[in-house]
Amino acid sequence: MDTFVQQLINGLTIGSIYALIALGYTMVYGILRLINFAHGDIYMVGAYAGFILATSLGFAQNPSVFGFIVTLIGSMVIAAAIGMAIERFAYRPVRRYSKMTTLITAIGMSLLIEYLFVFIFGGTPKPFPQLLPNENIRLFGEATISTSQILIFVVSILLMVLLQWIIYKTKIGKAMRAVSFNLNSAKLMGINTDFVIAFTFALGSALAAAGGVLTAQYNPKIEPLMGIITGLKAFVAAVLGGIGNIPGAVLGGLLIGAAETLVVGYGQYVGIPSTYRDAVAFAILILVLLIRPAGLLGSNVQEKV
Amino acid sequence: MTRIFLAICLITSVFFSFACVQKGGDANSTGATGDTIKVGVYGDLTGQTSSFGQSTKNGVQLAVDEINAAGGVNGKKITLVVEDDQGRPEQAKTVISKLINQDKVQAVLGEVASSNSLAAAPVAQEAHIPMITPSSTNPKVTEVGDYISRVCFIDPFQGSVMAKFAANTLKAKTAAIIGDVQSDYSKGLTEFFTQEFTKQGGKIVAEQKYAQTDPDFKAQLTAIRNSNPDVIYIPGYYGQVAIIAKQARELGMNMPLLGGDGWDSPELWKLGGDALKNAYISNHYSAENPAPEIQNFVKNYQAKFGVVPDSLAALAYDAAKVLADAIKRAGGTDSAKLKEAINQTKDFAGVTGRITLDGSRNAVKPAVVLELNPSASKFNYKETIYPEGMTPPATTGSTNTNSNSNMNSTAATNTNTNAVTSNANATK
Repeated sequence: MDTFVQQLINGLTIGSIYALIALGYTMVYGILRLINFAHGDIYMVGAYAGFILATSLGFAQNPSVFGFIVTLIGSMVIAAAIGMAIERFAYRPVRRYSKMTTLITAIGMSLLIEYLFVFIFGGTPKPFPQLLPNENIRLFGEATISTSQILIFVVSILLMVLLQWIIYKTKIGKAMRAVSFNLNSAKLMGINTDFVIAFTFALGSALAAAGGVLTAQYNPKIEPLMGIITGLKAFVAAVLGGIGNIPGAVLGGLLIGAAETLVVGYGQYVGIPSTYRDAVAFAILILVLLIRPAGLLGSNVQEKV
Repeated sequence: MTRIFLAICLITSVFFSFACVQKGGDANSTGATGDTIKVGVYGDLTGQTSSFGQSTKNGVQLAVDEINAAGGVNGKKITLVVEDDQGRPEQAKTVISKLINQDKVQAVLGEVASSNSLAAAPVAQEAHIPMITPSSTNPKVTEVGDYISRVCFIDPFQGSVMAKFAANTLKAKTAAIIGDVQSDYSKGLTEFFTQEFTKQGGKIVAEQKYAQTDPDFKAQLTAIRNSNPDVIYIPGYYGQVAIIAKQARELGMNMPLLGGDGWDSPELWKLGGDALKNAYISNHYSAENPAPEIQNFVKNYQAKFGVVPDSLAALAYDAAKVLADAIKRAGGTDSAKLKEAINQTKDFAGVTGRITLDGSRNAVKPAVVLELNPSASKFNYKETIYPEGMTPPATTGSTNTNSNSNMNSTAATNTNTNAVTSNANATK
């Protein structure tokens, strides 16, 4: 029992990270119908921004709550700026061409960011400084939860609540919903769609960066290619929950995280070796798409021609 | 207009970065003429395991500088052509083709990771260019052909060393293994550790796998925790094992952790910290060994590169020296003769021990067990384990092996003669 609870905690921890990243995929898709393949790399950029902030501002030497908050928010701001820059200089110029053009641009952008970071920082993993003391809290039996895991849960829930508030209670949120409903009509209604799109990229990138810093706290190792697999799984989570649907992205992320952890923990009893961890996420995706093509929470809307 | 400008900027910057890479790669090969011997070195200089490639490059560089300062080989200087494969097997194959076909090197040194050596070796074999891998320990590497050799021991021995150590020194009855699913090195060690540990009367109670890209390892570790093993064997590379150690301790698993030479990197301490207490690895040499030739090497390396050489640097140094020695004996770089000379290397005094290549072109050497000391960021010598059939040299008089009695009093009383069954050819 305690092992099961432990595995569930482990799974929901990674699941929360997937959910944070999946939100960015789903928001951009909701507005532009674009799968932003560079989004996983923004998660990596966020972790590196946190690393640079923490070491250059001296938080690495004297860990404190203040230092952690500054690092977290600082890296979110930096990632938001980079996300907006990518949208402005890479996607906006090709937006009026076919969707395929933008998609290929996104793949190119992803590779550019990855290898730019390999070029600058080298490919070897860097140790991320411990910004908050990490302790283990015993729940019952052998089940424990570490403070960095609690931090991941608390911060991601806060950010998700904040996101809901922005989308449903603010003017810009209303504009985002309008643009995602129909970009051209929104433009006709006088909404500055370019600004709304840039804002969406900023929001998504900030969430991914938060995911990056939180992961780096939990698993204190960052490297330039860390965003590839994690980003891909977050994308699967977004599709699983119903791409374009925000609660769906969160649900999808948690499901994928829990599923892959349980496969490692219990798969061997039903004949699935732990090496199939990554395969399971994609197998779930295929199954869901076969049964519910729009995803778990996605609404099945007929494509307008 | 702006778009065209941006496009031009982008294209120039792409070319510029290519130019940088080119320049880095060829920096040492300029001026290669008929009176030089060109040797290719390839390794992971920028990827996940880049500390391996950097150490290898430095070790080779030091050896070549010493050889050239002493007048070269047969009056010819050695020049190096260094290539980066980013730690990727497909890239390893590409760069070795470039070294052989474009740079026309006469011999190749590399790689560290067995998976990368395995990808590159067939190219060298087909082109009949001798390749010496300093540190790939998977037996399959030299099975590729007679042009491929190595100066290190192989995994059947390395895996059994740790199994012996766990069973005899740590008195472990049960062990769990968590291995890297992507690496041939890890797979080999897992297999041979299991074999020897079972033979010693121990039991493998859990086996888990991880991928290098896994976001965390707690799922695997939690599954292992259930079976409560006496020791955990983690055959992997430093980037992952440090984090595995950390997360194991977080889960309250405080048993000894065992590993191999893949742990040996200065980066290990930064990533793992205190979690690396109570951990042991098998390795090729100990920088603590007081033998003068080893201390000399450590001193020269430190003077040149500012760090204590890890075993990968020591092996690379030996590989370059073995190659130079073979060129001298072959009287040139005729590839068939050179290959024969390399394969007949016997009793070559290297810093990692006396190197003699057996019929399968593997070096037969003792291994050392080192204890991790994270507070000083170094490895402490624990004991030396010899392959079966090799008698440890007398403890009086300094030798190249690590059994000097001054080093460690407990080691001396232990007599250090845990002969290990050598199943070097059992893996065919």
